Amino acid sequence: MTEIELLSWARGPGLQIATIIFVAGVVIRIFEIFLLGRKANLAEAKGGEMSNGLRTMITRTVPDRTTFKRSSVTIVSGYIFHIGLFIVCFLSAPHILFLKDVIGFGWPSLPTPVIDAFAVVTIIALLATLVNRLTNKVMRYLTNFEDLLTWFITFLPVVTGYIAFHRIGMTAPTLLAVHILSVELLMIIFPFTKLMHAFTLFIARWYNGAISGYRGVAS
Amino acid sequence: MNQTDTPRFNIHTGNELTWNVKPILHEIRHALFELLDSGNTSIIDLRSIPLAPGEEETIINALGQGEVHARLDALGRSDIVETMYSGVWLITHYNENEAVVSRFIEITELPAILKSQHEDMSKALKELTQELETQDT
Amino acid sequence: MKKDLSLNDGTPIEGTPEPGTLGETLRSQGVSRRSFMKFCATTASMMALPPSMIPMIAHALENARRPSVIWLSFQECTGCTESLTRAHSPTLESLIFESISLDYHHTLQAASGHAAEAAREAAMEENFGNYLLVVDGSIPLDNPGYSTIAGISNLDMLTESAKGAAAIIAVGTCATYGGIPHANPNPTGAVSVKDIIKDKPIINVPGCPPIPVVITGVLAHYLTFGAIPDLDHIGRPKVFYGQSIHDRCYRRPFYDKGQFAETFDDEGAKKGWCLYKLGCKGPTTYNACATTKWNNGTSFPIESGHPCIGCSEPDFWDGGGFYKALSMPTEDISKTAVYTVAGAAAAGAVIGALNRGKKNNSDKIHIKTTIDDLRK
Repeated sequence: MTEIELLSWARGPGLQIATIIFVAGVVIRIFEIFLLGRKANLAEAKGGEMSNGLRTMITRTVPDRTTFKRSSVTIVSGYIFHIGLFIVCFLSAPHILFLKDVIGFGWPSLPTPVIDAFAVVTIIALLATLVNRLTNKVMRYLTNFEDLLTWFITFLPVVTGYIAFHRIGMTAPTLLAVHILSVELLMIIFPFTKLMHAFTLFIARWYNGAISGYRGVAS
Repeated sequence: MNQTDTPRFNIHTGNELTWNVKPILHEIRHALFELLDSGNTSIIDLRSIPLAPGEEETIINALGQGEVHARLDALGRSDIVETMYSGVWLITHYNENEAVVSRFIEITELPAILKSQHEDMSKALKELTQELETQDT
Repeated sequence: MKKDLSLNDGTPIEGTPEPGTLGETLRSQGVSRRSFMKFCATTASMMALPPSMIPMIAHALENARRPSVIWLSFQECTGCTESLTRAHSPTLESLIFESISLDYHHTLQAASGHAAEAAREAAMEENFGNYLLVVDGSIPLDNPGYSTIAGISNLDMLTESAKGAAAIIAVGTCATYGGIPHANPNPTGAVSVKDIIKDKPIINVPGCPPIPVVITGVLAHYLTFGAIPDLDHIGRPKVFYGQSIHDRCYRRPFYDKGQFAETFDDEGAKKGWCLYKLGCKGPTTYNACATTKWNNGTSFPIESGHPCIGCSEPDFWDGGGFYKALSMPTEDISKTAVYTVAGAAAAGAVIGALNRGKKNNSDKIHIKTTIDDLRK
């Protein structure tokens, strides 16, 4: 297969397959979560559910002091790479073009040197999380294969994207194909791992806020 | 439209696009130094460098025109011009339709193509000899 | 006493080229040494060789023998021949034609019919093992009868002519990678030269059409060095196809800064900004357009404001569309996503219902454990 054929496959059938697995996986898991339902709480409600739930979705963004002191490296590096990923994925010109093709509309992009800076920062932050995971005694004890796998499939697109944009190493069609294939790999593994937190995060926060609010306690 | 007209584009590149002009002028300066210092000549093929629209013109204007302007009529016109910097020659080859086929900047005392060629001189000697012999008889 | 100035004592005049060489051919046509030097300088530039190699090229060309060239045209639009024979440089480029013996070419030859085929066969026999075979156009395999010349199918003519060829030059994207006939759905079963001939050196010179000086540059290289140039992994001469358009594009600084033209006539387009968003395939296309340019260095598509379509790459026709940026998918992803959501919602509802059923069931079959059970 020539490089151009590989690139065309990655941009065409490969992306179709990855989209189907990704979308189906996410939707089915969310349906499963919601359809499981909750047991009726027979105690008297001491406060509102919905308002507390919604509020908690936002307030949980800021960790409390004790949690922060205990896991400062995890939290700081985590925030940095999440923000970096957001900027690189949603505010770089080629990605906006991709999303414009899929959802129908786009938005202004950030200048390339800015995106470059954020990509490098994201890569460093991701490496920091890995180092922390392997050196911190507690983290190492808790780490299993899935943790390392999800780290790897998240790291790969950022690095391959940077390399493809700046064309270091192999010839161009291969670099671009590798980047797109790495994203497709992320997409097909995503619904079967803890990466689902991207979608369940807000559901979980709402739930915590809701049950706390019902019981009339702070959350 | 006369083929010698430079095509005009709507894209105005302005002064920002001098990325190639300065480096080439520096290269010429370096070559001229080499020529004075050790006698080594250099040739720069202007067609081998990706120039933005208008850059070739800017470079040629920057070099200007000096005392010598020679015209060669061989397989079309060729202009051999000493620029205002002595030792820096601009050679433009045209085909018979007056279109530019190649352009060189030569840093030398005298471009080789201006000199009379040995083979041509041998042929000329033979022809002149025959001409004189015909006249004698 | 008159000095004998004649040199008719048989001494060869210094610098007389040997008979049968390009030098002799040119000299016999009255081409002066100066003209020959001009020709060599331009040829060196055409071959993208440094000017310091001009003396060596001059020496090689002077002593080069004129190879026989047979040009076969198959499923093609004649654009490659048109590109090559553009009259913008009749004398200098035609000198390349002087340096070869073009013994067969449909569009350019005067002969036709049996006489033409006889000429081809005679040339092939006479120069067996030494002639250059140039091919443009793809070869249909589905039914060889789709494209024939003088009753001979393209497949047969190619395999027959390739037997005595020293090397094959496939000109144009059709001959090198199948080109437009090969594009989806490929109704004629079109394939490229390299898909059929496996035992001869093949130089691929793709492009739709290839840049004229690239074609003549490859011929000049073969003439000068008597060997095929260094080829990349899909058979293209590295000297012309070694760099991508993107790496040599004068608009690259705009790409690096993130300044793109959004439409064909907006401010960015007028200022000459990068055409990535308009579908430019420059990043994944390898050709000499950005340096050698077209029409003797006048311009190339990007300089004229149109994104590169990637015409020297295989399957560029099926690359998702000329105006779809490289980061965009080539197929309709949103439709797939919508259908998948619908399907998955249905599946999710079913699975969810089954899970609920299991949960309720487990409540029903729940047996209370008493302290007596634990004592047992």
